[in-house]
Amino acid sequence: MSDREGKRTPLYEEHLEAGARMVEFGGWIMPVQYAGILEEHRAVRTRAGLFDVSHMGEIEIRGPDAFRLVQRLISNDASLAKGDRVIYSPMCYPDGGTVDDILVYPQGEDKFLLVVNAANTAKDLEWIQEQAEDMGADVAITDLSPATVQLALQGPEAEAILQPLTDVNLGDLGYYRWTRGRVQGTQCLISRTGYTGEDGFELYLDPAEGPRMWRGLLEAGRDRGVVPCGLGARDVLRLEAALPLYGHELGPHITPVEAGLGRFVRPEKGEFNGREVLKQQKEVGAPRSLVGLVMLGRGIPRQDYPVSRGDNVVGRVTSGSHAPVLGKNIALALVEKGYAQEGEELTVNIRGREHSARVVPLPFYSRKKKGVS
Amino acid sequence: MEVPVNLRYSKDHEWVEVEGNRARIGITDYAQQSLGDIVFVELPQVGDELTAQDSFGVVESVKSASDVYTPVSGKVVTVNEALLDSPQLINSDPYGKGWLIEVEMNDPSEVDNLLDAESYRKLISE
Repeated sequence: MSDREGKRTPLYEEHLEAGARMVEFGGWIMPVQYAGILEEHRAVRTRAGLFDVSHMGEIEIRGPDAFRLVQRLISNDASLAKGDRVIYSPMCYPDGGTVDDILVYPQGEDKFLLVVNAANTAKDLEWIQEQAEDMGADVAITDLSPATVQLALQGPEAEAILQPLTDVNLGDLGYYRWTRGRVQGTQCLISRTGYTGEDGFELYLDPAEGPRMWRGLLEAGRDRGVVPCGLGARDVLRLEAALPLYGHELGPHITPVEAGLGRFVRPEKGEFNGREVLKQQKEVGAPRSLVGLVMLGRGIPRQDYPVSRGDNVVGRVTSGSHAPVLGKNIALALVEKGYAQEGEELTVNIRGREHSARVVPLPFYSRKKKGVS
Repeated sequence: MEVPVNLRYSKDHEWVEVEGNRARIGITDYAQQSLGDIVFVELPQVGDELTAQDSFGVVESVKSASDVYTPVSGKVVTVNEALLDSPQLINSDPYGKGWLIEVEMNDPSEVDNLLDAESYRKLISE
């Protein structure tokens, strides 16, 4: 496995030691699984899982025009990224196609941290620089990715595991809020965010402290059943929660409105890249829309499999998998307008044979919120 | 990694257990470990005629679908129906309850072209 090409996160050796199977992903050598995808998936849904997501990119935008630039780049409203509020947003081209989907952390006056997809980091940097120049924005744009380890602790036990290790009162940290604090003595940016459909936290810290933090979290969470989790489990978890993955549900030829992310598109905020197209799609509907499919038989749909109604191909699968939480096979698919109604019966062509599927509401899975009876 | 000495192996990580002109076929311990948790299996129909190297089915893990190839030619006489409801048997018992199909061989000498346990072990340790 050592001959695979790609960048290594500071936790590479930890993964090998834990028996991970490593794969190339977005230019990085990442753990795809440790004990097994199903077991890791179950841990996150019922207890907790720890993910190394250091492959994600971090881009800092700083300067008097930082807000103006971010507002132009993203379709969500940058003024909502204020104080301790993190926002999720698509970042679009002027034609409405998607450059990336990102998290925006406000970092005080005139400073934002954008967390971007690993495979897009270089492309995003170039795009952001180009946009800044085009506007003549007075900003400094810095790639902080090499200076950042990112860990995600996810699952119903995440808070109970993390609380004794930190000086931050996690009960005060709401969903999509961030703060700074110490975890196991190390200064971190802590946010209540994630990509699994469960409660959980993401920690950003100095790479030098990465291995110690990783081992410490696993150690401290052992009694609560935390396990290291790979990208395999992460992909199934996010699919069940119907969270989009760039390169599948999003891309240069897919708009966020088509991908069902219309609530993160805010034409009312004023000018931004893609506004015209996205505003129109929000108002009159997009030519395609993302739907959830549950297979009625046994086949497993995979990316790019054709979706049909009768003899007509009406769309393509963007992601598909067995969904352990449902015990069914599921897919997200982009289908033409008119085939997206709940209950619609479509077929997915799996290796030459049509298999029946039904359009279901998204997400496939959502956790039961605490305190709601 | 388990590699039973009484079986023969293909380079594609299938195993063959020969009894007379019947061959039972499955995937190896190495193959199931590489695939990870298996969640779906597609098998041929009894009566299907297979030629050596044909893809006769698909084994799907959570992440991906992989074709399985028959190392020998012949007619499918039995398929392991238990796998339709319990595909994880391939993970837990790849050489036993996780077998895939049985074939009535047209030419049992094809088995001679397959790897023995020692050669297969060498292949997977490379």
